Amino acid sequence: MNILVCISHVPDTTSKINFVESDTQFDTSGVQFVINPNDEFGLTRAIWFKEKQGAQVHVIHVGTAAADPTLRKCLAIGADKAFRIDIPATDGMQVAKELAAFISANPYDLVIAGRESIDYNGAMVPGILAALLDIAFIPNCVGLEIDGNYAVAEREIDGGREKLKGSLPMVIGGQKGLVEEADLKIPNMRGIMQARQKPFEVVNSKGSENPTKDVLFEKSAPKAEVKLVPADDIDQLIELLHKEANVI
Amino acid sequence: MSILLFIESENNKLKRNVAEIASYGVALADKLKKDCVAVSFNADNPRELGQFGVSKVFNVTNTPQQFDAHVYASVLTHYVASLGVTHIIVSSSADAKFLAPLIAANTNAAYVPNVVALPHEHQPLTVKRTAFTNKAFANTTLTAEVNIIGVGNNAFGTVEQAVDCVVENVTVEHTASHLEQVSISKETGKATIADADVVVSGGRGLKGPEHWHLIEELAEVLDAATACSKPVSDMGWRSHDEHVGQTGKPVSTNLYIAIGISGAIQHLAGVNASKVKVVINNDPEAPFFKAADYGIVGDAFEVVPVLTEKLKAFKAQS
Repeated sequence: MNILVCISHVPDTTSKINFVESDTQFDTSGVQFVINPNDEFGLTRAIWFKEKQGAQVHVIHVGTAAADPTLRKCLAIGADKAFRIDIPATDGMQVAKELAAFISANPYDLVIAGRESIDYNGAMVPGILAALLDIAFIPNCVGLEIDGNYAVAEREIDGGREKLKGSLPMVIGGQKGLVEEADLKIPNMRGIMQARQKPFEVVNSKGSENPTKDVLFEKSAPKAEVKLVPADDIDQLIELLHKEANVI
Repeated sequence: MSILLFIESENNKLKRNVAEIASYGVALADKLKKDCVAVSFNADNPRELGQFGVSKVFNVTNTPQQFDAHVYASVLTHYVASLGVTHIIVSSSADAKFLAPLIAANTNAAYVPNVVALPHEHQPLTVKRTAFTNKAFANTTLTAEVNIIGVGNNAFGTVEQAVDCVVENVTVEHTASHLEQVSISKETGKATIADADVVVSGGRGLKGPEHWHLIEELAEVLDAATACSKPVSDMGWRSHDEHVGQTGKPVSTNLYIAIGISGAIQHLAGVNASKVKVVINNDPEAPFFKAADYGIVGDAFEVVPVLTEKLKAFKAQS
């Protein structure tokens, strides 16, 4: 079984979010970039399939060389080969089209992406990709088993879970729950050394266009100071929520 | 030229979020002087959409009873072509976020989710949406022939303006399902984090799962959904399904009550789209106090039972 894990390269979850160039660009200075957490759950599950079911695991990123250390980390975690499609990524449709062109030429049994990236939160790359390839898609995936030619996956729905079965190839949008947080792989020294020898290929982009563009960023308006209510005056809190905030 | 609304239903009943989607679509149609057409699937009473200004609904009756993204996408793709649709309005529910990318691929559309207001420009179409998991906003242009707007949950609100609504029950040729449903588990009769008006959430400050009755009792009085912080789900005190925050579920409710949650940046990112936030924590230095609207510095074990009792009395007389 051949698995391709799509990797997004995102600011660490604790990053302060600032913008530069008249608020048209994200300010990357001093920001630590990491594997998108939702992708990391998928990558760990893929490595599990490698260890238990003999799968080959490749990772791919659409973007600039800035993400190369993130891809090296994926190799250190256990992926066998990394690809980077060399085009600045600006839009989910563009990224999905680049991935679809690559996968059409290099078929995989299973493609795992994250539910969404934690920077632009588009949640669209895996779905668009699946539809472009005309194969099944399961998002918000919190459980995945492969049995021969088909996959059984659980997806989170509003207020519950739905278990779905479909034949491979398939695209998964993974998230926390696909593996436990405690089971996420951390690269060890041996993995880091091995990663240096593993194949890493930069692929030419087909120059897909982006139908959306972020033209201006804004930070959230500063918050008014919290109104503190004494712990022995709950009536006041209820009064405020009822009359001032109008929420009860 | 039309604006198309994807109307969600569950067990043949319209979902709560249809009011907001209808209100948004009708407002946009008014502004652009276009028709607004809704498409529902196996819905019992789609005429209710007339309450929010929708005058035409195609109710598709030959699709599976349960939501099926691939099938629904194929039906909506048909309508995009046959009605000359320029804008598609969907919600930010789990189902809508499953469906919209498939339609985007089929119609080569521009798609922007988590939109918080009507477009503020139409040449080119420009919308404001949340980005960086609610830590910022992006103003984004959509420049395809078909543009899909995913409206952030509870971001626009509802506008009642009753009109006559004509429902046409239709069958539409569609692709076969790509997936087979094995099972579905969903607590019925309980408010969900996605659609509750109030969410009551507990953190490590509650000291253990045996104290969760405090959260549940308060939630019951408020008809609220229950949620928890990441450490609580990581320690297995509560199910992953309740984890809210950057890597958990997003919350954009009217009232979010955080009890014993310190307010890590990842937690705040996931909940700060909520309109009003209340924090109860015994540590006055907890970061959540900087993000909340109302706060009580106090022991949750003393404050919460009193709050529950007093709210019960308040609800009884109002």
